Amino acid sequence: MHLHKFEKIWLVFGMASLVLFLLIIGFAAFWKGTHPQSHIETIDPQNVEAHEAFKPENLGLREVADGKYTVNIVASAFNYDFGTDADGKAVKKIRVPKGSTVLFQITTKDVVHGFQVAGTNVNMMVEPGHVSRLETVMKNTGEFTVVCNEYCGVGHHQMFATVEVYE
Amino acid sequence: MMLKNYNFPKKDARLYMSFMYVTFASLLVGGLMGLLQTLSRSGEFQLPFGINYYTILTVHGVILGLVLTTFFIVGFQFALMGKTVGLSDKQRKWAWIAFWTMLVGTIMAAVTILIGEANVLYTFYAPLRAHPAFYIGLALVIVGSWIAVFTNFRQLYVWKKANPGQKSPLLAFMVVINMAMWFIASLGVAISVLVLFIPWSLGYAATINVLLSRTLFWYFGHPLVYFWLLPAYMAWYAIIPKIIGGKLFSDSLARMAFILLLLFSIPVGFHHQLTEPGIDPTWKFIQVVLTFMVVIPSLMTAFSIFATFETTGRRLGHKGLFGWFKNLPWGDVRFFAPFVGMVAFIPGGAGGIVNASHQMNSLIHNTIWVTGHFHLTIATTVILTYFGIAYWLVPHLTGRRLTPRLNKLGIIQTIIWTVGMTIMSTSMHIQGLLGGPRRSDFSNYAGGEQVQTWISYQLAQAVGGTILFIGILLMIYIFIQLAFFAPKGVQEFPIAEEEVDAEPTPKILENWYLWIGITIALILFAYTIPMIDIIKHSPPGSLPFDWPIGRS
Ligand code: HEM
Ligand SMILES: [Cu+2]
Ligand SMILES: [Cu+2]
Repeated sequence: MHLHKFEKIWLVFGMASLVLFLLIIGFAAFWKGTHPQSHIETIDPQNVEAHEAFKPENLGLREVADGKYTVNIVASAFNYDFGTDADGKAVKKIRVPKGSTVLFQITTKDVVHGFQVAGTNVNMMVEPGHVSRLETVMKNTGEFTVVCNEYCGVGHHQMFATVEVYE
Repeated sequence: MMLKNYNFPKKDARLYMSFMYVTFASLLVGGLMGLLQTLSRSGEFQLPFGINYYTILTVHGVILGLVLTTFFIVGFQFALMGKTVGLSDKQRKWAWIAFWTMLVGTIMAAVTILIGEANVLYTFYAPLRAHPAFYIGLALVIVGSWIAVFTNFRQLYVWKKANPGQKSPLLAFMVVINMAMWFIASLGVAISVLVLFIPWSLGYAATINVLLSRTLFWYFGHPLVYFWLLPAYMAWYAIIPKIIGGKLFSDSLARMAFILLLLFSIPVGFHHQLTEPGIDPTWKFIQVVLTFMVVIPSLMTAFSIFATFETTGRRLGHKGLFGWFKNLPWGDVRFFAPFVGMVAFIPGGAGGIVNASHQMNSLIHNTIWVTGHFHLTIATTVILTYFGIAYWLVPHLTGRRLTPRLNKLGIIQTIIWTVGMTIMSTSMHIQGLLGGPRRSDFSNYAGGEQVQTWISYQLAQAVGGTILFIGILLMIYIFIQLAFFAPKGVQEFPIAEEEVDAEPTPKILENWYLWIGITIALILFAYTIPMIDIIKHSPPGSLPFDWPIGRS
């Protein structure tokens, strides 16, 4: 098949950029560990409490070591369950200091949901039967809206919470 | 060999036009929903009569994403086949069966959505459960399209038998590639609907495997977008050159590009599932690499198109570095609308690179950025090219002509679309980068600065959406004129010819066993192991959920 000279140059240049591009994302994924959330762990969606992390008393924020936190959440239409506070009220906002390492663990009791801490890289699908898990360092201060970003029913836009990162 | 200067027999023209009527009726209905979505999301308006936002969003996605596209494509491709290889009486009968099957399916699904029994959006993710009629309707649309697939295959086969040793007409070859891809891809969603969804929605199966159903959906979902795009490429490669007064750039290169698109369209669905649990990240990465192979045919296409523009311009005697560009037929809407579509594909493609990147995806996944992205690609690049085709195809079929006045209205239509879409899509992209979610009715969430910023971009989207809807009304007016009122006359069916001294096309490009074989091998490579993993490690299945979508 005949190719024009300029076309050859164009394609060679294009393919070389492509290879470089793929090497960069491969390097970032396999050596720098920036894979997207892909946790492989299953759970019975009708009995999520059987999992240690999703027992009612273990939900919400807890400090597991100095500057290290886990946040356990159970999603359901149309709510994120972060457990209850000292007065027995549902927690809708969690606060962590700047620079802390936070592990988010979440599963769903019913349909598919999303979990995004808007303005950060924390963005996961939450699917029945699976546990989603992502660890991140909260580098910037501010109030971040947690939104469900996968359609889960007619109340989808009312499913939210807040993460505050303070100095 | 090419039969292009005759008008179709009435019987054929009526068939092709039927697909066009459904296309433009869908545009009107779907466009109205789009307008209502942007108005509702602005927070300034409430939907009347207590209509649910997600009902109209489901209508919009299904009618524009699945119905409009499939009807236009099948109809246009039948016209291309009829023109290049012919349509027998028996094939025409099958084509009508395809049309009616698809139409009955569409009506079933549409009614189910409109009465609020299928607020599941066009992706119908389990375990939300719509009324069974919704899934059965979708299955009928797919089955109808398969009848069209095999009729098209048969058309080329019969032509080949009658013309031994000749290479197939380029456009017929392209149609067959697109239909082969569509068939292989839609097997995935057909299995999902027939085996998983329908028994489960009827209550014969208690539970459904959610991750499996999603994986089958996206096995189909990415080639779906190429199925929309390839007819636009057909016009760019083989029709636009004729409209600007030139010749085909290279027959072999065009075929090669289509083959590469076939190979790399299917083994890539995981790039829609990058942030999902339960799928090994290494396989996600492998499919990302396969996704990016599309860069090669895209670069080939960009080169061919601009090379055609330049060669044609120079041959017509336009001097200087950019004389050929200045003198393109800007005043001819059959060229202008698709050209704007090509331009929109530059930011559209760049956005696609972000979406498919293993880690940048985490920033934008399921944000309104994604909606901004596909309104550039499907709702601008593809749609404007389809409009560009309709301006000559419709009058060709109805024995009328595109008058200078309608041509001018078409140019205005294109400009309105460009302005509206620039506003809507840009504000969607920015809001998405700031974390604003897609598929969401207006909400103040927990309040605060971040949410206020999102809402201000949603206001801009309502402005863009209103302009776009005016563009849709104008397009409907032009269509009605071309179909029923424009003066009788002859409108050319433009098909570009090869240069007289063109190099012969290598035979291997038409070795269907080879290319379909490689396609299947790539699919098996990309999907076998992860599929086994998904099935072997599947959690307890999911019961159906009706109440979250407002069903009782
Ligand atoms: C008047 C013109 C249009 C307007 C104002 C418009 C507006 C919108 C808006 C605001 C959304 C997102 C809503 C959300 O995520 O909550 C949307 C989604 C969508 N639009 Fe459009 N659109 C228009 C034309 C089109 C066209 C021509 C097509 C395709 C041919 C199209 C295909 C889609 C699809 C497939 C979705 C996704 C639905 C979903 O996420 O379930 N749109 N549109
Ligand atoms: Cu949701
Ligand atoms: Cu895709």
